[in-house]
Amino acid sequence: MCIVELQKMRHDRTELYTRAIQPALWLLIFGETFSRIRAIPTGKVPYLDYLAPGILAQSALFIAIFYGIQIIWERDAGVLAKLLVTPTPRAALVTGKAFAAGVRSLAQAVAILVLSAILGVALTVNPLRWLGVIVVVMLGTAFFSCLSMTIAGLAMSRDRLMGIGQAITMPLFFGSNALYPVGLMPGWLQAISHVNPLSYEVDALRNLLIGTPGHLLLDFGVLVVAAIAGITAASALLGRLVR
Amino acid sequence: MNGESGPAERQAITCRGLRHAFGDKVAVDGVDLDVAEGEIFGLLGPNGAGKTTTIRLITTLLPAQPGMVEVFGLDVASHRMAVRRTIGYLPQQLSADAALTGRENVELFARLFDVPRRQRRERVEEVLAAVGLADAAERRAQTYSGGMIRRLELAQALVSAPRLLILDEPTIGLDPVARDGVWERIQEVRRATGMTVLVTTHYMDEADQHCGRIALMHRGRVQALGTPSELKSGLEPGATLEEVFRAYTGDRLDEPGDGFRDARRTRRTAGRLG
Ligand SMILES: Nc1ncnc2c1ncn2[C@@H]1O[C@H](COP(=O)(O)OP(=O)(O)O)[C@@H](O)[C@H]1O
Ligand SMILES: [Mg+2]
Repeated sequence: MCIVELQKMRHDRTELYTRAIQPALWLLIFGETFSRIRAIPTGKVPYLDYLAPGILAQSALFIAIFYGIQIIWERDAGVLAKLLVTPTPRAALVTGKAFAAGVRSLAQAVAILVLSAILGVALTVNPLRWLGVIVVVMLGTAFFSCLSMTIAGLAMSRDRLMGIGQAITMPLFFGSNALYPVGLMPGWLQAISHVNPLSYEVDALRNLLIGTPGHLLLDFGVLVVAAIAGITAASALLGRLVR
Repeated sequence: MNGESGPAERQAITCRGLRHAFGDKVAVDGVDLDVAEGEIFGLLGPNGAGKTTTIRLITTLLPAQPGMVEVFGLDVASHRMAVRRTIGYLPQQLSADAALTGRENVELFARLFDVPRRQRRERVEEVLAAVGLADAAERRAQTYSGGMIRRLELAQALVSAPRLLILDEPTIGLDPVARDGVWERIQEVRRATGMTVLVTTHYMDEADQHCGRIALMHRGRVQALGTPSELKSGLEPGATLEEVFRAYTGDRLDEPGDGFRDARRTRRTAGRLG
């Protein structure tokens, strides 16, 4: 499943380029502006450094959260029925899709990190930490793409999925530590942030990339559990789509 | 495998009292079918007759609420995985991945069916050649014509060397030349492997020409069953399957005398929808 997605990416690279534009704008405009006005206290860390891992996680979220559209499209095109008549278990199909979404995120992560480095963000040079970054991005994307596929299995239509996706993306993004420290949020938003896997993803990325203190073990634990739960839910609902 | 012998083992598909409703729309309404191993069996009927739903019940995609389906003696409800392994399936929609090359499309299904890595290359080459796409294999499917896409999908369905090939309207929307091309490949492969073919179509002439036996389906029920010549023998000589179909569906209609017109109207509506 994953190999197929890679083959498709190889055939069509323009999508990768255009997708890198939005996070680039976030970094350039939002990042540079807020660095100048110093509106967000991030301690000794320059705001742009603080922001870069957040934007990385955001771009992965945006790729993943509409991934279910592809499943709906495959349903409408008869592809899904054909896949489901093969002896490959549903969980393997879903995992393949989730993995493929992760690889897409990684391709975009490279673009974002290169831009960050150009803008002067002090990124780690430790290869082990880079490996950790890859794993975290993959896990985070896997969870959110499975969430999207799960919603697809419930919503059953492209329009409803788009609607739900749009409705939850912003709360997930702003209800996380991607743009500002959790400490700045009002209590209710902090509560959201604590159950939001995106916060754990950002925390891990920030820790790995720019060395801010974090809870790496907890972050990994939460992301692994979330990804497994997502795969389980999405595979249970996949068959519903072709009924 | 279970020591049981006799006619049951030579049966590719057995359906008993098959029924499926979407909400209160009854799509399949008590279908009994027996498809023998090695035959080309045609499920024939207008759009909306319940052919696709029947196929989805046989291919494990839909649970048969009341009723029973066996594929090669295996109950579909309890042996889903084993049943899937025996089936090559071509859905009604054009479902090849346009972004991938012909070869990549076929390789994907070789992997999904666990064709051992060492045999994979060879199998893929073989089926691509069998459907006449060896020369176009490196091109992306979006450059293919409708007939080529259908043949590519046939290759996808064949790469696992299935014992049962299930084709849902394999020639829908194709021009006559492309239709012949698809049928030629189906016939060739079946001659070479002896696999069972279950095919749906609403082209009566096609069924007449290519199917060993035919079930005429209408409103979720099998209205008539037999070889094309058996079905036609009841009518005056030179009758077409089209006329047979009208005769059978006409019989079933409530208002006597109005049957033919109603059948025709159904077909016209179906044609517009399709
Ligand atoms: N997923 C579905 N939901 C609701 N109704 C359906 C669904 N699939 C098929 N039907 C209905 O069931 C009937 C039989 O459809 P189908 O099996 O596709 O017929 P055919 O393949 O012979 O054209 C039709 O009236 C169709 O509208
Ligand atoms: Mg149909």
